[in-house]
Amino acid sequence: MARRQFFFDSAKMACGVGLLGLGLGLYAKQSKALPALALRPPGALPEDDFLGACIRCGLCVRDCPYNTLKLAKPETPVATGTPYFTARNIPCEMCEDIPCIKACPTGALDHGLTDINRSKMGVAVLIDHETCLNFLGLRCDVCYRVCPVIDKAITLEMVPNPRTGRHAMFLPTVHSADCTGCGKCEKSCVLDEAAIRVLPPGLAKGELGKHYRLGWEEQEKAGHSLIDESKMLDLPDRMPDGASLPGHYDPASGQTAPLRGMPGSEAGVMPSHPPGLGDKP
Amino acid sequence: MSAKRIGAEAVAEKGWLRAHRWLILRRISQLGILGLFLLGPLAGIWVVKGNLNYSFTLDLLPLTDPYVALQSAMTGHLPEKLGLIGVGIVLAFYLVVGGRVYCSWVCPVNLVTDAAGWLRDRLGIKGSTHLSRKTRYWILGMTLLGSALSGVVLWELINPVSMLHRGLIFGLGAAWTVVLAVFLFDLFVMSRGWCGHLCPVGAFYSLLGRWSPLRVSAPARTACNDCMRTAFQQPGFDGVGGAG
Repeated sequence: MARRQFFFDSAKMACGVGLLGLGLGLYAKQSKALPALALRPPGALPEDDFLGACIRCGLCVRDCPYNTLKLAKPETPVATGTPYFTARNIPCEMCEDIPCIKACPTGALDHGLTDINRSKMGVAVLIDHETCLNFLGLRCDVCYRVCPVIDKAITLEMVPNPRTGRHAMFLPTVHSADCTGCGKCEKSCVLDEAAIRVLPPGLAKGELGKHYRLGWEEQEKAGHSLIDESKMLDLPDRMPDGASLPGHYDPASGQTAPLRGMPGSEAGVMPSHPPGLGDKP
Repeated sequence: MSAKRIGAEAVAEKGWLRAHRWLILRRISQLGILGLFLLGPLAGIWVVKGNLNYSFTLDLLPLTDPYVALQSAMTGHLPEKLGLIGVGIVLAFYLVVGGRVYCSWVCPVNLVTDAAGWLRDRLGIKGSTHLSRKTRYWILGMTLLGSALSGVVLWELINPVSMLHRGLIFGLGAAWTVVLAVFLFDLFVMSRGWCGHLCPVGAFYSLLGRWSPLRVSAPARTACNDCMRTAFQQPGFDGVGGAG
């Protein structure tokens, strides 16, 4: 009888504690879903590893001179007690000595990261082309100006403004290889809701198929075209009589009309004066 | 209430202060340690940074909670040098003085559960849900295994001890609800339920203390039987008549 009782008591214990463990395990799984706008400190391991390595001491928060980092409270949708920051509130100021990493007593923040410009807290994404002032044809440029890695992480790409037909648009363009994800662009976006936001790299980046090769890069690597261009045959594209498509590449038809305003275009130079002033448009 | 309150003879014999000297010293220790941690954020005097999971005192002394470090190790991550030194110092300290000294002299939740125990006694609440005192060791094992399986420092997701301590220093948020839950659980559901039956932090330190040379001894002097009524309810008095 004693043995039976011992067995049942043990089973009761195992079931009760197992139930608690199951709940905790499911909660742990949920806790790995870091909200897109919660960013980890520089050098943070990928979320899966981070939640195992971080011991929730808050030393990185203490040593952050700009009060950027916060410890998640129980009601925050970030694993309780772990450090994070919200770029729109206080972005990372990218200290050169990276005090948060130095303070970390574990490997949760990678102590091998010594150059803050190589950190990858996220990737900035110009997420809304409809409200970005530069996309509307204005010269806001603020995200570009505040970028600590200006002209590498964010460049302004000049393209013609097809709405007016006579102006340029300077489109802020993020280059993920140089973007640290500090969030200064998101913080300083002048809109009520930022049009540029820092997202986790996994969310922000597309990925080409492993077998994809970019012809122009392969050509540069090889030093010559990878195909025999003399054997290339170009047939004329069939189009209605007299029709031409601006910018349409069709050397065989003789109907090519270069896009108005593009660099090198002879068909139409972008007018530099408003109508009625100076040169004829 | 018909029964005399626990310790009545001692108070009558020695006076209130001497009869409660250990309690007073424990409170001074608990509040003093909490005060040292709060000195930084409240007054800008940084004697100690961090919280009970890991702290750095005067830019010199690292202290790491070995239980949290062990859970982290179960997920496959070891602390850096300072973190490891901290584990060593804390392990050595509690191996010498007895593990559950942590519970009675350091842990901030002890203030909460002692308050619940005191109120339970005062209100004369009888009857308590029965649960084996071994439960906490099972929970301890579960959190270690669970950490390994989930890759997350598992108990830290809900640990009321670190939630309360971290909350007081870094901002409480909704952590007060968890602390209140522990208080009400101890008050109405189970006498000495949290510290004595469920908390795996206490279980860990209790295991650590098994090898401690320091024990609380109780010279049998009167037949009040208070020791029997208190001993197995109080953290820090686990040592009476054997390991607890």
